[in-house]
Amino acid sequence: MIAIIQTYGSMLIQALGKTLLLTLLSLFFAMIIGMIFSLMNVGKNRLLNFIGTAYVDAVRGVPLIVLTYFIYFGVPTGIQMMGASDFRMPALVAGTIALSMNCGAYMAEIIRAGIESVDKGQMEASRSLGLNYGKSMRLVVLPQAIRTMIPSIINQFIITLKDTSILSVIGLAELTNMGKTISGNTFKSLEAWAIIGVMYMIVIITLSKIAKRVERSANRGR
Amino acid sequence: MADRKIKIHVQNLKKSFGKLEVLKDMSIDIFEGEVVVVIGPSGSGKSTFLRCLNQLEVATAGSIIIDGKNITDKNTDINKVRENIGMVFQHFNLFPHKTVLENIMLAPAELKIMTKADAKEKGRQLLKRVGLDSKADAYPSQLSGGQKQRVAIARSLAMNPDIMLFDEPTSALDPEMVGEVLAVMKKLAADGMTMVVVTHEIGFAKEVADRIVFMDDGAIVEQGSPQEIIMNPKEARTIDFLNKVL
Repeated sequence: MIAIIQTYGSMLIQALGKTLLLTLLSLFFAMIIGMIFSLMNVGKNRLLNFIGTAYVDAVRGVPLIVLTYFIYFGVPTGIQMMGASDFRMPALVAGTIALSMNCGAYMAEIIRAGIESVDKGQMEASRSLGLNYGKSMRLVVLPQAIRTMIPSIINQFIITLKDTSILSVIGLAELTNMGKTISGNTFKSLEAWAIIGVMYMIVIITLSKIAKRVERSANRGR
Repeated sequence: MADRKIKIHVQNLKKSFGKLEVLKDMSIDIFEGEVVVVIGPSGSGKSTFLRCLNQLEVATAGSIIIDGKNITDKNTDINKVRENIGMVFQHFNLFPHKTVLENIMLAPAELKIMTKADAKEKGRQLLKRVGLDSKADAYPSQLSGGQKQRVAIARSLAMNPDIMLFDEPTSALDPEMVGEVLAVMKKLAADGMTMVVVTHEIGFAKEVADRIVFMDDGAIVEQGSPQEIIMNPKEARTIDFLNKVL
């Protein structure tokens, strides 16, 4: 165990860094994707409703590993066939896209549920004062929705962090991939995977502790 | 009343929810400064009628002309129209994440009708007017029902509307709090506000209304002065309803 940490310590830290980078990038884009598609879903425009639902259904209907292969291998092949024969997609980009799309679909559902949990009278009261739909959403409905969304968002945050391990299949040097490398090089599977597991655990427990604090302070004063 | 200015002109208004026809061809003129109280059994369409007046419910057919502007017209900027029409709801609908003062300031400051400082000043004045100046920094959850509704009235007054709509403003209140809300409404009426009030408070209607409109089954059955409607109702349905509520 000590030998592994001595030999691979700095690489493990780097791999953890990549895991966190993937998580943060994906969450950032997932938030944007989630916001866009949830707003499509809660509005009254049928076409936008359809697009919003279709996106969520499509992405949730495909396993993340398949989505990852599709984006990393499938999409570049398609683009090459259309003429850009030297097109390449870096694994980090493909991984971030796949994870963002996946997490974004779940985020859209979380945000939609949050918005729908706010009493309809709130929107009506705001509209009756002359505020338009967008302002009413931003100033009145969303601030209330976010409160109910926080626990689910934290949960999604943790799921996304764990889902980065799936991106090891396209060769991203994140934590799980590092586990494969170490156990392959040293034949010490037990120690290698125990170390990897504990590293995930430490990060996730730390994050959920921080998140709990955020949640508490968001609920304060009401 | 013939020489008074028509404030709200409703012509052949119809509203359906799917196959259910809630308003069947309603027409009414409401004059400037008039207090019209709409009464009727539940399900008669009176709330729907009120909500059509600021297009929270989009009319299925017919026209509503307010200050010469057809608000059912798709090209009318409904947000601008609504700035001029305050609405008070049965369940108050205060914004729980904002303080009382912030609730009142939100629309005028956000719509740049006045500066933040002016909106604040105006908010304090309005709170004084409804007798709640000590509650400016409280959150809605810290108020009683009657106080919430008075704040809601202050909030809708912040935009300086010249029409106020009340949708059963006292129905969700404990009996001992009804009086304080009605008192604020009476003051408003005395100040010359054009008001349309849906309510079950017959006593208030009798005292404050210039005209009472009795609705049933999506249409106006009978209308007239409180004297005429409450003391001498002519239609069987009006008599029947009043017997039940009085």
